[in-house]
Amino acid sequence: MKAYTVEIVIENKPAARDPEGETIHRDLILKGGYVNVKAVRTGKYLRMTIEASSPWEAERLAFEMCNSLRIYNPVAHVYRIKVLE
Amino acid sequence: MVRIAVIRFPGSNCDLDVVHVLKNVLGVEASLVWHKEFKALGYDGVVLPGGFSYGDYLRSGAIAARSPALEHVKVMADNGLPVLGICNGFQILVEAGILPGALLPNENLKFICKWVCIRCDNGWTAFTWGIPEGKVLHIPIAHKEGRYFNDEAELERLSRKRMIVFRYTDWKGEAVPEANPNGSVRNIAGICNEKGNILGLMPHPERASEELLSPNRNADGLLLFKSMAEYVKR
Repeated sequence: MKAYTVEIVIENKPAARDPEGETIHRDLILKGGYVNVKAVRTGKYLRMTIEASSPWEAERLAFEMCNSLRIYNPVAHVYRIKVLE
Repeated sequence: MVRIAVIRFPGSNCDLDVVHVLKNVLGVEASLVWHKEFKALGYDGVVLPGGFSYGDYLRSGAIAARSPALEHVKVMADNGLPVLGICNGFQILVEAGILPGALLPNENLKFICKWVCIRCDNGWTAFTWGIPEGKVLHIPIAHKEGRYFNDEAELERLSRKRMIVFRYTDWKGEAVPEANPNGSVRNIAGICNEKGNILGLMPHPERASEELLSPNRNADGLLLFKSMAEYVKR
């Protein structure tokens, strides 16, 4: 068994507005002159240490947990899992 | 005698207000129960009160929704008993999947605490028996994550099944954008399940159940608790 660092990022679905991201984009980034930035979405970041026999097993565990414990709300959110070696 | 349980989670802070209204204003039996000790047996109804369970960590209501107490709440709901979720209680019901949707951070990203108008759009639920449809109630809100969200298909279903019970409106009962305090889709303030025995709403009826506490000298919130008690007696 090895300990893997697993990142989980949760953000709103495109249909659910993200006023924090909109404000950062409009009032900070665009006003700061970074006009090439076309959109900003904020989210929640979780970094976990998971013991598993392989990176795929660590990812499977994280996936199972996200769904069984509703780490995200499937009505409003999407999430991504990334296993770091 | 009607016996209602009020479940306390770590971080609940409107629990005693609900117990006070049920006991001292309405005159029914009310028990404050720690969530780990809550069992469905022996109660005619249950209230999940407002507050900040588990510090609103991860998302409001997300951690309390995994408490074993919610399994007992589901049993009561399945048996047709009234289940009322107020503010954080509504968030817990949604996160537990007992009511559909999500409650996202308010559109203006601020904690909003003020008196608002809500219109009753379904007078056939366990909590709105005594409220004529179309009646405008004056009840305060106090939340930061109260923006009700659901996709269009699901909103159509909620509308068709009359599960949208309360909408934010102006004084005349018009659900105009200016009356929407938090950016909820379709001005939704509260929804129920198809059977009408589970209600979740962001406004706090327990803070509007005595004339003395209302700037308009009414007790609109008490109508919900009265209906709940009458529903149990029927």
